[in-house]
Amino acid sequence: MHAQQLIDIGTINHSFPNSQFPLGVNHEFICNSKESLAASSGFIAGILSSMLQKGGAVVWISSSQIIFPPALVSFGIDPSQLIFIHLRNQKEINWTIEEALKCEGLAAVVGELSFVDLTISRRLQLAAEQSRVTGFLLRHQPKQMNITAFTCRWQIQSVQSETTDGLPGIGFPRWQVELLKVRNGKPGSWQLEWVLGKFKPVASKSSLHNKEHKQAV
Amino acid sequence: MKRFVAIWFPFLKTDWLSIRQPSLRELPFVLVAPDHGRMLITAANEKAMTQSIHAGMVAADAKAMYPLLTVIDDQSGLSERLLKRIAEWCIRFSPCVAVDGDDGLFLDATGCTHLWGGDEEYVKDIITRFNKYGYTVRVAIADTIGAAWAISRFGKDDFIIEPGQQSTALLYLPAAALRLDDDTTDRLNKLGLRQVKDFIGMPKSALRRRFVKSESPEVRKPERNFNRKGAKVQREFSTFNFQFSILTRINQALGLEEEFIQPVHPPVPYEERLPCMEPIVTATGIEIALQRLLETLCKRLQQEGKGIRTAVLKCYRVDGKIEQVEIGTIRASHHVEHLFRLFELKISSIEPALGIELFILEATKVEEHVSLQSTIWKSNGGLQDEKISELLDRLSNKIGASAIHRYLPNEHYWPERSVKAADSLDEEATTTWKLDRPRPLQLLARPEMIEVMAPIPDYPPMNFRYKGKLHTIIKADGPERIEQEWWIEQGQHRDYYYVEDEEGCRYWLFRLGHYEDAEYRWFIHGVFV
Repeated sequence: MHAQQLIDIGTINHSFPNSQFPLGVNHEFICNSKESLAASSGFIAGILSSMLQKGGAVVWISSSQIIFPPALVSFGIDPSQLIFIHLRNQKEINWTIEEALKCEGLAAVVGELSFVDLTISRRLQLAAEQSRVTGFLLRHQPKQMNITAFTCRWQIQSVQSETTDGLPGIGFPRWQVELLKVRNGKPGSWQLEWVLGKFKPVASKSSLHNKEHKQAV
Repeated sequence: MKRFVAIWFPFLKTDWLSIRQPSLRELPFVLVAPDHGRMLITAANEKAMTQSIHAGMVAADAKAMYPLLTVIDDQSGLSERLLKRIAEWCIRFSPCVAVDGDDGLFLDATGCTHLWGGDEEYVKDIITRFNKYGYTVRVAIADTIGAAWAISRFGKDDFIIEPGQQSTALLYLPAAALRLDDDTTDRLNKLGLRQVKDFIGMPKSALRRRFVKSESPEVRKPERNFNRKGAKVQREFSTFNFQFSILTRINQALGLEEEFIQPVHPPVPYEERLPCMEPIVTATGIEIALQRLLETLCKRLQQEGKGIRTAVLKCYRVDGKIEQVEIGTIRASHHVEHLFRLFELKISSIEPALGIELFILEATKVEEHVSLQSTIWKSNGGLQDEKISELLDRLSNKIGASAIHRYLPNEHYWPERSVKAADSLDEEATTTWKLDRPRPLQLLARPEMIEVMAPIPDYPPMNFRYKGKLHTIIKADGPERIEQEWWIEQGQHRDYYYVEDEEGCRYWLFRLGHYEDAEYRWFIHGVFV
């Protein structure tokens, strides 16, 4: 049933095999700071929102980060469908993530991993592939960028938002999304915005400049 | 038809001491306790008894009779403690074991003896096991508690009373065998009615007239245990002396009147036991035992439409200790595989030592099992899915339930109070989530103080310094004022600003207090996506 579900993240979909966001596998997110951890969490929340359209439950395992549930509402997620697990011990976190990935009743698992080696990643990947549960693994300040068996490696950074017509205030959340590694696909880099419950690609700055230039001309 | 076993420890305390100090085994010794300014003997071992030293004598007299006598101080409450421990150990013979006074035990052996191959083997097993430990015991089995008690104390050769034979077995025993009080026994002896047969056939009216005291009305408190002499009850509720009359005692011994015992562990209605031929020492062995127990227990629960909420696996070790592990579930379950996996996580904490000879699985809390139509919900049952509650059971048994949270909206504007933890997976929100104002996805555990530069009152700051890094604010939104809820807590209001710095990172800042006040402070409270 997961395979039929389509996740729409705009042009990024073309980077994946069959132009489909891979489900039932693990995605890792490299987060070097607190801010990028929040940005990655937001991006994941955006993907989860289309995954949870038809119901389902998510387990969110964290060590340092504290998710404020009301913020998830703006991503179209009912926070009461999520189960949050706060743990300190890295060993316990790894065990919990693996157990959760093995549970077929879940739609997705979000976990904060600080240390992972090839063996652990392979275990988690096998668990996800067997149960068809999608794993989103946040790697907060990884000590080294080692080889892992996960399908995708992402890096998300917040970038300055833009308001329409130069109005004051802050615009829609905007991210620099980098797909560093993808199995059977091609990596790339995009700018995305979360606009009213959907991902929207941001026209690249150069083309924007061109437009302005033309208008000026 | 019921069967009861009475076990009598004639040398309970002295046997226990000899086990602990084997050197005492060959010596005549007594235990003494102070009483009215002298040392009174409370227990004497078998060697001392042969020197006609017995409990109740003054220690000095005994010393005079036998100068080599070893005298040891008694501990108060020792026999109670010992009997309780022994009674717990005896649960291997029967689930219903009661302490009888200060020197005996009662076992409700109904339906138990055939597991040992009959009454004779059952009694023999009890005696050999106690003897192996070093306890002298006299064990009798009969249809009634009274008859078993009488035979164990006063029986001569045959300690196994066949069903229905208790009245003939009692005939040639002394009157004291009926657990009568001292007065009644004395009076019977004075009248020459020394044996049970002398008075058991007498008309009830005659017995009542002569031996039932009118001033102490007969109080039937069957759950009370009386000591051997049937007189003083040394328990917390023994403010007045309850005494069973001679008529009640006769009826109890013959089985005409029901008698109850108070088990040390009240039997759990959902319990399975598995005795082992050989002591189990390996984890695999424990797993096999557990699997078998779960299968039988769950089959029964399934038939009754029930499920386990908490269960305990008790392992009775050869050395008399009990190892136990406990599990709990979020929803009632009778799923063998799931329950087994919960126990599996804890098997490593069981120490078999020399071996485990009996496994008991108790379902301490049982609830109605609600079976969802699993096929309908299979695709996207959300939190109702059975697999999720099974996952959470596993997690909470390993990492503790305190780490697992689920949140519901709460009717408060103050950010820390706007969510509440749900008690269960089924709890539903009583209010809706608020959507009108932006909220950060990542909230700091507690607001952290920052240094800011703010131009004019009620304007967002121009920059702020957080953890040594300077953030210049390019865009900002706000303020959103949230007042402290004075009926819960006193304090100043917060003015929240949603700001974006030059790198595009978005933060949630607030100023505590009015700008005009001298003491306002700035805090960072969250990071936006």
